Amino acid sequence: MSGPLAASLALNLRATAARTYVRIVGSIREWTWIIGDAVLPNLGMCAFVLLYRTLGAPRSFEALAVFGGILSTYWLNVLWGMGSQFYWEKQQGQLQLYFAAPCSRMAILTGMAIGGILMTTLRSLFGVFMGFVVLGVRVPSFDVGVLALVFTLTMTSLYALGMTLASLFLLYGREAWHLSNALQEPVYFLSGLYFPLRALGALGAAAAGLVPLGLGVDALRQVLMGAHAEGFLPLRAETLILAGFTLAFLVLARAALAYLEGLSKREGRLTQRWQ
Amino acid sequence: MPASDTLKPPAVETVGLTRTFRGARARRGRPAQAEVRALAGVDTRIERGEIFGLLGPNGAGKTTFLKILTTLLSPTAGTARVAGFDVEREPREVRRRISLVSGGETSGYGILTVRECLWMFSQFYGVPNRVAWPRIDALIKIVDLEEQTHTRINRLSTGQRQRMNFARGFVSDPEVIFLDEPTLGMDVNAARALRGYVARWVRERAGRTVLLTTHYMAEAEELCDRIAIIDRGRVLACDSVPGLRRQVQGGQHVELEVRPADGALPDLAALAGVQAAWGAPHPERGTRTVKFRLPPDTPLVSVLRQLEQVGVRIDGVATRETNLEDVFIAVVGRGLEDTGGPE
Repeated sequence: MSGPLAASLALNLRATAARTYVRIVGSIREWTWIIGDAVLPNLGMCAFVLLYRTLGAPRSFEALAVFGGILSTYWLNVLWGMGSQFYWEKQQGQLQLYFAAPCSRMAILTGMAIGGILMTTLRSLFGVFMGFVVLGVRVPSFDVGVLALVFTLTMTSLYALGMTLASLFLLYGREAWHLSNALQEPVYFLSGLYFPLRALGALGAAAAGLVPLGLGVDALRQVLMGAHAEGFLPLRAETLILAGFTLAFLVLARAALAYLEGLSKREGRLTQRWQ
Repeated sequence: MPASDTLKPPAVETVGLTRTFRGARARRGRPAQAEVRALAGVDTRIERGEIFGLLGPNGAGKTTFLKILTTLLSPTAGTARVAGFDVEREPREVRRRISLVSGGETSGYGILTVRECLWMFSQFYGVPNRVAWPRIDALIKIVDLEEQTHTRINRLSTGQRQRMNFARGFVSDPEVIFLDEPTLGMDVNAARALRGYVARWVRERAGRTVLLTTHYMAEAEELCDRIAIIDRGRVLACDSVPGLRRQVQGGQHVELEVRPADGALPDLAALAGVQAAWGAPHPERGTRTVKFRLPPDTPLVSVLRQLEQVGVRIDGVATRETNLEDVFIAVVGRGLEDTGGPE
């Protein structure tokens, strides 16, 4: 690798690692955030499991709800920890320092995403504990390798979407908070978090074509539950679409950042908190 | 300046640098705002190893100038080069070599400690850990935050956060550092210590350059090798402090404490011989301080007589040397605290 390229790679890896560190430290040091991020989102999942159990639904439905509940914590993190992040950074006066630093802003966003995935995965263990230990939900044996592949693709596509949203939300300024709120519940619903995506029919197909959460949940259910998952598309197709989502959202995130930076430099109003 | 530095391109060079901001469109009954010209053809050349001051009232265009040089804003016309690189065409090369500190800024994440926060920023500049950590510890000592090294940022006082922010600017050991009102709101001792550090940093590290904007005349006078006085987007004067002083010498600077008979003071500038008059009230004493410049051929006593004739009692008289404030007012036509247009 040539000198400048190696130096650039080293710089961006350092920036990514530093921003990942902030996410990790932030998640560990504030216990109140852990309760808010890990415990509360799983209460909905527990409610659905108990509801299905009370109604005498097939046991596989309980597993459906558990997987949906676990993945809901990632969507929360993508919205609030990725999508809204640049807006908060701007409010703190930090964004202009990011723009004036030599590292790539994609490196900083990647750091946020990696830290977000790591810490949300740790928090999602609470959901696993609640679902499979406390509530006693069971799944048949599954292929760990395929599970890892589908989970990784779900995460990369979901957080690549978050990287795109970071720039787009910033353009909406103070509306970012409302946007996060507005996108939370509808995406839960349209992703079939607590029921099979197939139940949504054409609407589900349209939603799955926009947000990777639905396809990710559906694919993971297929890996873990086999035929009981009532999959929306064949697993192989969903895996390929998730890979496509990852690529598309990464390109979009880069384009959105470039657009944002250009706009900021032209109009001078995005990097200062009072503008 | 070391000989090697003269071979390198200047630290900052701008030619005809212009920046215009579009006015807000008319909406909901509010009229449209006119276009604002923040910079109107600024030509500067700052050599490596200089501490260069930019002095101007609010709205003079100082921050706009800095934003362009730090690649945060595009110029509407003209060119700007930092460390030999064009800010528009080679922003990455510029960013590798610069750092920006804005006074009153509260950078960093509250959840991080002072040491962690400085480390994070060092990583955004690619500083290897073996270099970053000793430098961070030294900077923490310099800004007198040793006791707070492992304190979370959200537990620091405003002044402590400002000092940490100042340290952040130096953590990448930039070739050119832009200090935008760095001591704004700091206590006197902290500000003095940081000024001392800036002077040492430039002296001890060959080729390092500081571009400082400040509202504090004394700070500019103490630190800067050269000062540009800027107003309404134009550089009105640029020279060393002695050079600037020479531009307005040839007169006497007078400071009077006066007690107007009926509370109203006559227009001093209308008095025969008085140039560039300004003043400040002292309501607690019922007096006003008035300052003005007299040309060499006008005796002070003639002005004092004119004041007495209109019923103004004179409580005190002082004359003194030309200082930077005098220069500023002579060049700009008003004091530093008077507001101009939008920054």
